[in-house]
Amino acid sequence: MACFLVPMAEAIVVTVVKNIVEKKEKNSDVKLSAQTELCSTSQTGLSWSHKLSWLNKLLWGGVVLLALEHLWHGEIVPWPPFLTAMNNPADIAPMLHEVATIGTSMAIFVTVVWVVMVLVADHKTKTISAKVNTEN
Amino acid sequence: MFFIITALAAIISTIIWYKNAPEDKYMLNNLSLIYWGTTLMWFVDHVIAYLTEGGAFFEITLDATLLGITVVLLGLLVWLIILLVKDPKDVFNKVLQLKR
Repeated sequence: MACFLVPMAEAIVVTVVKNIVEKKEKNSDVKLSAQTELCSTSQTGLSWSHKLSWLNKLLWGGVVLLALEHLWHGEIVPWPPFLTAMNNPADIAPMLHEVATIGTSMAIFVTVVWVVMVLVADHKTKTISAKVNTEN
Repeated sequence: MFFIITALAAIISTIIWYKNAPEDKYMLNNLSLIYWGTTLMWFVDHVIAYLTEGGAFFEITLDATLLGITVVLLGLLVWLIILLVKDPKDVFNKVLQLKR
């Protein structure tokens, strides 16, 4: 009915966090390069803003395409109150239940998959840098 | 059926991205992440619906197939808009400079 609202809320939060992290990383890069005259810290691995952008794309992509599915099935409309379940008081409780169960599960599952992606990427980065160090 | 079509789109876009990696001139990582996000969410939706309501896991109807195709097209449209806005090949700049 409106299960994509929970991933959408998470996507908004992740977008804000990603932008803040990106700004902080840019500032720290400028400071570091001024101090050591070296390049950015991102050379030592993937930056957090980059990792967060994966989660952001996963969430927003899912939200936009799921919104189309809900529009297709007539569960949402482009005019207020947007959710068709809101027109009938009897439908509000099942809608909220669906948001709480399916919506939350979707958000958690996507986040867990992203955490696995980050762990694998970090492990690969460490392995590659260890190889480079031993070769040198 | 829309779940299967979107999952196929996710797999195909990931293969094309991997074939061109580490170069990503066309920002195919965006396309594959858009489809994977949708696939993961629908997977959860299908599993919960199957466990609570029972019935067939995949909905194989003409309506579901058309929805799957529409979803894939919308994913492509979103990716294309991002690509044109970010313009990683700097195409618009080059075209506009040539026209001056």
